Amino acid sequence: MLDAHPSSPSTTPSTEAPPIVTFEGVTKRYPGIIANDSIDMEFRAGEVHVLLGENGAGKSTLVSMLSGLQQPDDGRILIDGVEKPISSPAEALDIGISTVFQHSMLVPSLTLVENATLGRKWWQRPDRSGTAKAMQDAAKRIGVTLDPMAVTGDLSLGERQQAEITRALMRGARFLILDEATAMLTPNDAARLGELMRRLAAEGMAVVFITHKLNEAVAYGDRISVLRLGKKVGGLSPEDLKSLDAQEATNQVVRLMFGTRDTTASADQKPDMSTVDRGAKPSLEVLALYADAARVPLSNLEFKVWPGEILGIAGIDGNGQKQLAAALAGQAPISDGRIVLDGAYIDRLSIGQRRAKGLRYVTDDRLGEGTVGGFPMSINLLLKEIGRMPYWRGGLEQPEAIRENARQKVKDFDIRTPSIDTPVGKLSGGNIQKVLLARELSGSARVVIFEKPTYGLDLANISATQMRIRETAQNGAAVILISTELDELLSLSHRIAVMDQGGIAGIVENTEDARHKIGELMSGVEK
Amino acid sequence: MTLFTDTFLIALIAGMAASGVPLLLAGLGEQLSEKAGVLNVGIEGMMLGGAYLGFYIAWATESVGLGFVGGVAGGILVAALMALFCVRMGLNQIVIGIALTLGAEGATALLHHVQFSRLYPRLPDVATWRIPVLADIPIVGPALFDREPVVYLAVALVPFLVYVYRRTHLGLALQAAGDKPAALDSAGQNVLIIRSFAVLGCGALVGLGGAFMSIVGAGVFVPFMSHGNGFIGIVLAMLARGRPLWVLLGAALFGACLSAATALQVAGVDIPTDVVQMLPFLAVMAVLLIAGRNAKLPAALGAAYVRGER
Amino acid sequence: MSADTMTDTAQTGNLQRKLHAISNTLLMSLGPVAAAFVLSGVILLILDVNPFSYYGYVFGRGLLSPTGVQATLTRMGPLLLIAASLIVAFRAGIWNLGGDAQFLVGAVFCAAFTPLMAPHVPVWIGLLAGAAISAIFGALWTLVPAFLRAYQGLNEIITTLMMNFLGISLASVLVKLVFLDPNTTVPQTRTLAVEDRLPTLFGTTISSGLIIGLVAILAVHFMMTKTAFGLRLRVVGGNASAAVHAGLAVPLLTVAVFAISGALAGLSGGVAILGQYGNVRADWNPGYSLAVVPLVFLARFNGFAAIGFVGLFSIMSIGAESAARRTGVPNYFTLVTIGILLVMLAISEYYGAKRQKAGA
Repeated sequence: MLDAHPSSPSTTPSTEAPPIVTFEGVTKRYPGIIANDSIDMEFRAGEVHVLLGENGAGKSTLVSMLSGLQQPDDGRILIDGVEKPISSPAEALDIGISTVFQHSMLVPSLTLVENATLGRKWWQRPDRSGTAKAMQDAAKRIGVTLDPMAVTGDLSLGERQQAEITRALMRGARFLILDEATAMLTPNDAARLGELMRRLAAEGMAVVFITHKLNEAVAYGDRISVLRLGKKVGGLSPEDLKSLDAQEATNQVVRLMFGTRDTTASADQKPDMSTVDRGAKPSLEVLALYADAARVPLSNLEFKVWPGEILGIAGIDGNGQKQLAAALAGQAPISDGRIVLDGAYIDRLSIGQRRAKGLRYVTDDRLGEGTVGGFPMSINLLLKEIGRMPYWRGGLEQPEAIRENARQKVKDFDIRTPSIDTPVGKLSGGNIQKVLLARELSGSARVVIFEKPTYGLDLANISATQMRIRETAQNGAAVILISTELDELLSLSHRIAVMDQGGIAGIVENTEDARHKIGELMSGVEK
Repeated sequence: MTLFTDTFLIALIAGMAASGVPLLLAGLGEQLSEKAGVLNVGIEGMMLGGAYLGFYIAWATESVGLGFVGGVAGGILVAALMALFCVRMGLNQIVIGIALTLGAEGATALLHHVQFSRLYPRLPDVATWRIPVLADIPIVGPALFDREPVVYLAVALVPFLVYVYRRTHLGLALQAAGDKPAALDSAGQNVLIIRSFAVLGCGALVGLGGAFMSIVGAGVFVPFMSHGNGFIGIVLAMLARGRPLWVLLGAALFGACLSAATALQVAGVDIPTDVVQMLPFLAVMAVLLIAGRNAKLPAALGAAYVRGER
Repeated sequence: MSADTMTDTAQTGNLQRKLHAISNTLLMSLGPVAAAFVLSGVILLILDVNPFSYYGYVFGRGLLSPTGVQATLTRMGPLLLIAASLIVAFRAGIWNLGGDAQFLVGAVFCAAFTPLMAPHVPVWIGLLAGAAISAIFGALWTLVPAFLRAYQGLNEIITTLMMNFLGISLASVLVKLVFLDPNTTVPQTRTLAVEDRLPTLFGTTISSGLIIGLVAILAVHFMMTKTAFGLRLRVVGGNASAAVHAGLAVPLLTVAVFAISGALAGLSGGVAILGQYGNVRADWNPGYSLAVVPLVFLARFNGFAAIGFVGLFSIMSIGAESAARRTGVPNYFTLVTIGILLVMLAISEYYGAKRQKAGA
């Protein structure tokens, strides 16, 4: 959301329309937990129905039952008022239910047209040109432009989602589920998706929008249902949403989600400027940095970060942020330029040597590269220290020292784990992030790169992580905070750099009009 | 040059076809299976299943045609186990593949021992189809166009598979099953059925190749007669990266090298078979070393598909 | 519950959990073995052979007769070295399927040079040099796949399989053309005199290759589980991107894994020559590596379990030869048993994982 001023829905919801899908006392149990506990819900045509809840509240389970991936253990599902199970994805499609998942469900190696024809009878010949035309017509109807012959793997996530929605329309969908659809999108793409949702509802489609972002829920929803710990704890009807203004609606939803807690505080918090000492020597200097990355090459990056300062890096996802972090950490080669840490060049050093000098990198790919999922948490805490004293002596493991370290970190970072021997892959996302923070923030950190540190976490873990980031700066380290959440950057950073196509479009001080300036830099106005 | 006499060339080209056909069928089968995301290390076992059952039925019914049907069935039989264990139950594809290879080696050798150890029957030569005009071309004609019908069938499978992969929904579904099975599932098609189909199809192709070895090539069943042909098929499929035509070229190259030793002996040159047999592998390793690029494999290759797990 | 009390309870429950884990592992390993023997017995019944008398012959010869058990223990030496070679590679996520060629190349070079050297040096130097030669050539044979994998990212399954075909052919070419013993008409290398071979143990016929094999597999097990180097290899195998992120020198470690794995496979060939055979005959290929791959899987890459399974396999392969003569069931039957065993193993893992999920 570039301009996060929730606006009320533009179209009038038609509460008169009959429900397409009705849940009556639907319950789904997994070993040890009740994911959905006797949920009653109605999904009507012409309505954007928002399902709101924290991670683990049961949103995904509900979606997988709607899309035919899972079956309820108890309760009834009514389709157009008649009881009918949704026993498979194919059946869901027959009913007219289409789902757009958070992770694209298109085959990367096929073109959009070929993806659109997936699922038809085996022996038929794919009618590529005919399908392409139908696709373009459908896209035009909802105001989307796309190239049907493009290979999916070459497209951005936003473009893929638009293609998926178009495909759903082509299949005659009358019920569209958007599962965390904005989570991976840039603010601009997310706003565009919101408008698209409104248009689809206006055309008479039932839209189910799953999110954990309050402002989006209030801005795009006709009806909001809030889930907590598997139960539907309440919601706002279209009448409520119309009568309340955005702030009141948000407050009411927050009360439902968290009891009484109010979240507006963290968003309005401003960074503490007193920790920054720009008179001192900068901790990190990046001088005319170039790198040949395959997709987004870095060109002529130049910035400084002072001790105690948080430099935010904003930008649409995929504009070189990941490449910048990898180049600074030493994971990717640079082609030209220098990197200076505390006055010494580090660009020729290896990953390990840079770490020894105090450079830390908290990756956003927590299970992909941050940890080895099958290894115990205690080993993952030392993944970057293998062979070092006192955990290894003469190359031999010292189990007691390793265990002691893990116990200490569990205490210091409040890591919730059944045991220090538990494989890290079995922990929740928030606790995996704590393991990474514990590993990267221990010892003498001089420069810490946080890459999308709160992505995919629930609110409690988001605020814990943001507190760690502030602490890191207060302790005198220079912090680089890469994020696609503008609110997060504005509440934490002292300065914010905007990245665009591998370069820096501009760096702004975090003052009153920063939001506006950043918006202009991201949309390429000031070029 | 005395080496390149007509007899030598005919022996070389004819031998290339004879040893190339099992490789071609093994490679095409593995390619089909890998396209759908199943790494099939068990094709050596499927080949032996086809070789044994093909030989047995050809011998029992005295019909070559039924023998080939039996070969296809033998391959499918072993492949059905693979489909059950690896696709339906999602067990480790490498472990099951090796298990099926070892098990089929043992089982066919055992059956052969029980049934034929005192008889050692041999099948008569298989009749050939002479293609008019083409068969009159000197050297190439008699070597390639006066062959057993199954040779033509094997070669005809290449354009057929190209058509299936490129021009049918089945081809798209196979590719999706190998690249992003969840996408296929959410599009309403059953991933397990598509993958099982690919594995069974692989078994049919490879089994036919095995039957070719026992019925046409040797005229007998010999324990362990697949002799690494299945593994070469895996290599061909990985190098060809989903393109059937490349499998054909690779099979021709390997087949020529395998037959070159015999052809050289025909020509009166005595070079150890082993040296010549090393040539295709040396050639491929050299290509890999010079143009060493990632052999591109389907993203979900080797991973079982369980709905709901990403 | 606070994190503190959680770790405390974890500690007290540690021993109990360990015992539980061990009994679980035993059940998971022995269950499939029992099931496989039952199923193989059914097949024997179909073949009209009494399974009890068949297995009686197998174990009577392979385990209970004095000469049989000596043959079994001697055969275990090279097999254990192959198992060690595979454990290093598989734990580091490298599918080295070229072990047979590494074995043969090591064996051929060892057999080519040791008999020439032996008359001129003390026995122990000759043996050490022979073992070193076999290890070095075994390692060299992995060089190309190692570099292609480490620096080009090329899948090692293809390349090691190809090097396998190449190596098997090369070995017989070398025996027939280069290292031919001029004094015999049979194509084979010179023969190492019996007094220059590895000593036998305690006045039996058991080759001390067994000791070498045991030491090697225990050392590998220790290295992989208790040392920093082994942990680095396991990180590479567990998640290669995490290894890069943690600053490990992944290409170097990859080459090291190939080298160690190839050296152990080559040494296995050397031990077979120095301890048992004394020479290499043309077209000799015992195919140990392909036979041990399933055993290592059965042992779940655990060194101790691998010793057990290699022992069982040795008993069965020695015993099956005698059972074949007595019952008319050819020793191919062992292959069927191993195949069934592997399937049973995979099925038990399947249900184990299912049970674990249900308990989570």
